[in-house]
Amino acid sequence: MEVIMAIVCGILFTAATYLMLSKSLLRIIIGTGLLSHGAHLLILTMGGLKDGAAPLLGEKAKLYVDPLPQALILTAIVISFGVTAFMLVLAYRTYQELGTDDMDKMRGTDSHE
Amino acid sequence: MSFLHLAILLPFMAAILIPLFYKQLKHIHTGWFVLVVPVILFVYFFQKIGPVSKGLNDYSTANWIPSLGIQFTVYADGLSLLFALLISGIGALVVLYSIYYLSKEKEELHKFYVYLLLFMGAMLGVVLSDNLVVLYTFWELTSLSSFLLIGYWHTREKSRYGAVKSMLITVFGGLSMLGGIILLYLITGTFSVREMVIQAAVIMEHPLFLAALILFLLGAFTKSAQFPFYIWLPDAMEAPTPVSAYLHSATMVKAGIYLTARFTPVFGLAPEWFWLVGGIGILTLAWGSFNAIKQTDLKAILAFSTVSQLGLIMSLLGAGAAALHFESLDDNLFTVAAVAAIFHLINHATFKGSLFMAAGIIDHETGTRDIRRLGGLMNFMPITFTIALIGAFSMAGIPPFNGFLSKEMFFTGMVNLLEFDLFNADTWGILFPVLAWVGSVFTFIYSMIIVFKPFTGKLQAEKLEKKPHEAPLGMLISPVILASLVILFGIFPNILAASIIEPAAASIYPFLLEDGEKFHVHISHWHGFSPELYMTIGVIVLGAILYATQSKWKRLFKLFPEKLTLNRLYDQSLHGLESGSEKIQKFYMTGFLRNYLGIIFIFTAALTGWALFAQSAFSFKAESNAPIGTYEVVLAVLMTAGVVTILFAKSRLTSIIALGSVGYGVALFFVLFRAPDLALTQLVIETITTALFLLCFYYLPELQKREKLAFKVNNLLISLGVGTVVTLIALSANSQRVSKTISEYFIENSYKEAGGKNMVNVILVDFRGFDTLFEITVLGIAALGIFAMVKLRMSRKEQS
Repeated sequence: MEVIMAIVCGILFTAATYLMLSKSLLRIIIGTGLLSHGAHLLILTMGGLKDGAAPLLGEKAKLYVDPLPQALILTAIVISFGVTAFMLVLAYRTYQELGTDDMDKMRGTDSHE
Repeated sequence: MSFLHLAILLPFMAAILIPLFYKQLKHIHTGWFVLVVPVILFVYFFQKIGPVSKGLNDYSTANWIPSLGIQFTVYADGLSLLFALLISGIGALVVLYSIYYLSKEKEELHKFYVYLLLFMGAMLGVVLSDNLVVLYTFWELTSLSSFLLIGYWHTREKSRYGAVKSMLITVFGGLSMLGGIILLYLITGTFSVREMVIQAAVIMEHPLFLAALILFLLGAFTKSAQFPFYIWLPDAMEAPTPVSAYLHSATMVKAGIYLTARFTPVFGLAPEWFWLVGGIGILTLAWGSFNAIKQTDLKAILAFSTVSQLGLIMSLLGAGAAALHFESLDDNLFTVAAVAAIFHLINHATFKGSLFMAAGIIDHETGTRDIRRLGGLMNFMPITFTIALIGAFSMAGIPPFNGFLSKEMFFTGMVNLLEFDLFNADTWGILFPVLAWVGSVFTFIYSMIIVFKPFTGKLQAEKLEKKPHEAPLGMLISPVILASLVILFGIFPNILAASIIEPAAASIYPFLLEDGEKFHVHISHWHGFSPELYMTIGVIVLGAILYATQSKWKRLFKLFPEKLTLNRLYDQSLHGLESGSEKIQKFYMTGFLRNYLGIIFIFTAALTGWALFAQSAFSFKAESNAPIGTYEVVLAVLMTAGVVTILFAKSRLTSIIALGSVGYGVALFFVLFRAPDLALTQLVIETITTALFLLCFYYLPELQKREKLAFKVNNLLISLGVGTVVTLIALSANSQRVSKTISEYFIENSYKEAGGKNMVNVILVDFRGFDTLFEITVLGIAALGIFAMVKLRMSRKEQS
């Protein structure tokens, strides 16, 4: 199973990289979204996907799945959400101010040179 | 601390006080206060001659950074004392001269004297330090103060150009020297010059020896304006004339000479030392004197003549190193070269100082230094003419002046090299006397130009800015004293022999002397019909003929192509460095975000991928993997489909919805892999994110048109590389787990220690609560940031 997940992560990373290299701001943000999905799945996969109960002690199971990667991913999800939300509003404001979402046209003003 | 320490520090302390005098006592020329310093120093060093000539060297140490072996150790032996006397003596004369040369009303005198005192202190530090790190500190301080002095008239472009050029070249050499010092420390374990001299044999055998030698010589050659680093010296002539007289003829340019002499006992036995010091020196002599002839500015002629005379001294030091191959003083033919070097060093300081001052007087009283506009000044400036005559004749090597004696000894030293049979000197050694002789002929010619062009011939009054007249008395004192010394040393050279030259030679050859033995230097005017005499006669005869016929052969200089000069090389290489670095920078600093991202991705993928295979870290084992489930495979296929949809979507709505589907797919994976909290969070957050995307979508434009195919292919290759490397690393990390997880602890203790049954939640708020605290902070900052971005609408117009 880990092999399949590793490949899925690879696909997510490939797509994310490709999108981040494009011109449109929206596609770049979509790319970062895919990248964080890939990273989260990778953490889960690397923690091991062995069978076992969900990490709830009430289950009284012999074997539980590893709880630590889950805690890490939860933190990561929240942080990436915060960043994504910020970036989206930034993109919205950028478009309002500059009138473009083409990264090639955003090259600073003359005073920055 | 000793008086010697105080002597070095005195100019620095005076430099702090001088601006006060300048501000408070405006009606007195600041130079008078400054003059006290070198006079005190000179008297102090003068009374040291007695003890030092008896072999009682002054040695004293004070702690600076003892843990690194860096002590402020001062050491005054014959060589140091000679230089200290030159620095303080000529320093006093130059300060006196500058009082009359620089106007109290027009010039910012406090700056001038502060720089000059800094320089004087630094120079004393260089010649009196025994610790090489301290020496290097003072060495760079001389470069720095010289830079400030050359750029003294900082509103002139040429001054700034000359200052920057000398700074770049001398600091290049200084840093090389620091490298040499560090290598020597690695070899010997000490920074003390005296201890290095004792370990000379160890240094010779060490593999780092040659590197240390070359780095050291780079320092000495750049400072002393040797070929090909002499180019800064002619441009340094933009400095006020007292500075040129002091720094660029008598003291700073001799710092490299001092260093070479000081390290002769350390490096001298090596053939590289003999050939580099001797060969570069003799080459500089010939080249500098040849180039001096074509100059039309008096100070430029003097600059090139300084270059050539420094080459002369350097070549003598190289030849003098040959003496180290003998065990004693008996029958040692080559010590005469080092003695000649020391003697000529003194002579050069006297006659060159006086010549510079004479040139300054001409400039001051006529308004020009161009020899094409000058002429017939003899009747107006008889004293200056006499000074220039004495100085120039001494420089040309005409009896009875001191330059004649040292030139004779120079020829002796060079001719004696014919007897030297090591390091292929028997085949190439003949070049030394030949080049020496040719260089001396040129020296004779430019010396005659200096004295006869401005002073004889017709006065061209219409070309001069001022009506020429004799300089004020005060300005004449210093050059008259120097010119008198030229004659005094010329007629009675042996007053220098026992007091100064012998102890200085003893410092260059510390091992040649038995206990209690002394050098015996006797300088005589007449030593029979020797080859040197015929060489001198030849120089005078040929020089006189060539001087008389110079209009016929001066066209020779035009044969040299303008494009192939060292100055042009320097300018071009500076320009090349600037434009080259600009090109390189423009090549990768494109201003396009995706170019930077591309570079980052390529390097990440290439480096990690390379490391993975170069270290043969890749492995694949599937035994411990979980079994493959049907649901998971179906979900993986669905997610891949979602990803592909995003990639090929032509409308932004499609891609947003596809992104949402991928997010829900991830949530489903969390369900399948038994992570209920993650699934919940992921579902909620994916929903909110999609909503946010849709909100923004309303305000953002349609997706761009298709990008170019080649561009897409490039991006695709980069992305495939990144994805593949991630997969490979994931696979090999999964295949080589080394230790058990620490989660057993959480499973066992969640309830026992923390009283919670949901292990993930317990980890988040109890075991690892700090993560959560700051993740809350992140959300808070994001919220505030978004609020600020939306609310604060200061547009660019309002800002300005």
